[in-house]
Amino acid sequence: MSAIIEVKGLTRNFGEIKAVDDLSFTVTGGEVYGFLGQNGAGKSTTIRMLLTLITPTSGTIEIFGMNLREHRKDILRQVGAMIEKPDLYKYLTAMENLRLFATMSGIKISEKKLMDQLEMVGLAERAHSKIKTYSQGMKQRLGIAVALVHDPRLIILDEPTNGLDPQGIADVRNFILHLSKDQGKTIMVSSHLLGEMELIADSMLIINKGKKVVEGRSDELLNPEKIQVEILTDNTERTRSVIKESLWGQYLLDKDHDSVLLEMQKKNIPELNRMLVEKDVNVISLRPKHSLEDFFLSLTRH
Amino acid sequence: MWPLLQIELYKIFKRPRTFIAFAVIALIIFLIQLALKFGGEEYVGLVMSGLSSTFEAPPGQVLNGYFVCYNILNLLLIHVPILVALIAGDMISGEANMGTLRLLVAKPISRTRLLFVKFTAASIYTILLLIWVAILSLLLSIVLFGTNELFVPRGQEVNIISSHDILWRYAAAFAFATVGLITVAALSFMLSTFADNSIGPIVATVCVIIVFTILTQMQIPFYDNSIKPYLFTTHMLGWKGFFYVKGNEGVTIDGSIENIRAVIKSGLILAGYAAFFLFTGIWYFNRKNILS
Repeated sequence: MSAIIEVKGLTRNFGEIKAVDDLSFTVTGGEVYGFLGQNGAGKSTTIRMLLTLITPTSGTIEIFGMNLREHRKDILRQVGAMIEKPDLYKYLTAMENLRLFATMSGIKISEKKLMDQLEMVGLAERAHSKIKTYSQGMKQRLGIAVALVHDPRLIILDEPTNGLDPQGIADVRNFILHLSKDQGKTIMVSSHLLGEMELIADSMLIINKGKKVVEGRSDELLNPEKIQVEILTDNTERTRSVIKESLWGQYLLDKDHDSVLLEMQKKNIPELNRMLVEKDVNVISLRPKHSLEDFFLSLTRH
Repeated sequence: MWPLLQIELYKIFKRPRTFIAFAVIALIIFLIQLALKFGGEEYVGLVMSGLSSTFEAPPGQVLNGYFVCYNILNLLLIHVPILVALIAGDMISGEANMGTLRLLVAKPISRTRLLFVKFTAASIYTILLLIWVAILSLLLSIVLFGTNELFVPRGQEVNIISSHDILWRYAAAFAFATVGLITVAALSFMLSTFADNSIGPIVATVCVIIVFTILTQMQIPFYDNSIKPYLFTTHMLGWKGFFYVKGNEGVTIDGSIENIRAVIKSGLILAGYAAFFLFTGIWYFNRKNILS
């Protein structure tokens, strides 16, 4: 797949502060690209530069193989975006908002197609309600529909799950996967909800204080060969002693006394479970702890 | 351009606050007409009291639809700019405040074009507001008070304009007022590009208008040549020039304007100010980082 976004040496200063510092990354066509960082890491500034809202201090941005400064209109015609909160015209209906942004994107679209878009995000029944009557989750879904209304090749979503309840987060996650896997869209998603990114991103970039920390394929970054596993049983002391007496004892970590923690290969978890059951330990759960969150924190802690 | 303009007009006229200005104007004009209907002759006596003692005209002849309209415009055209600022000052900063500006700027439209479209929409609103003023102040006054010659007091003198020579003057005066109000819209619009909330540009515009109007109306000789010629509020009064007519041995000449060059000059200065405000706003906005 060819590069859809290619950023080189991107820097943005606000006075003395370097919001984005010499950032380079590549987003490949058809993938979900997770853009991770803590609040204030420089994600939104980077996204605003990709959408020409902020002028970079230095560096180049190429999208679809074209320079963003020179081909702004041609590029933005093929980009859909939701930037931070899904702020729309509250005094207009969902249908009116959608029609308005379709026109702004330079396309004419029939009422039926607009309704299809609203159907896709589950808002068809409220198509003619004013946005001020919408819940946060509904606004978020409408924001995504607005980003998609002109059928863009590239979709940029900045914190799309902000303010959503667990069901809303799951809906957005499934929708992103649907767009990527079923419609072949390239999607760049920024978030600080690392667990969410772990579930959807094919590749990811982690930034901290405006600088790149790491970029790569999600499965490679997560390094599944070395993980921590937390064991929850009905008797922690007995579980610890059973493990100590077995071959698994070498993997036991003593640093946590409230639970049983092992550092081991992910593929061996079922075998560990089997051993515990055979020793009459009542296992409640075996939870891999080496998630992206741990990885992220270990990278950005300092 | 047209689809984008339609969108902007749609947004303006879908907001209830847009119609506040129309309602306020209707209320003020109605109150003035009501007062003149029941106490008009007294008012005419007051207005004409400063004139030469040789001038005599029955108040019933002076008080007609044209006279009422002239007085309404005298009172109103100082305050309508404030109503124009309510909308023009909100055009960009209101979008920033709502959070929609970032969506608009991320669309495949140049910022210059976006601003031109928005300013055109604000200008159309201004024109519609003036048409509304014209309908209520001229047409309704004609219906309520009838027509006759227009008596225009000027210091110790009075210009008497024949009834068949008046309507074109009102058309010209409203066209001139449109230029004046579009200048105010441009000022408010420019200030709107600087801010991320609507209150600042609206209040700033109102302050500028109040201060400039006070300076314009101050009868201090020092200001007459040093400051007043440079204030756009001075030139906004240029519409009155269409009612100052040439005379020949005490008889006014139909179709004449006493100082057409001054009227044109004021119109051009206003247009120049409007262009300056608009292009300053566009220049600034093209360099602005959208952080809202």
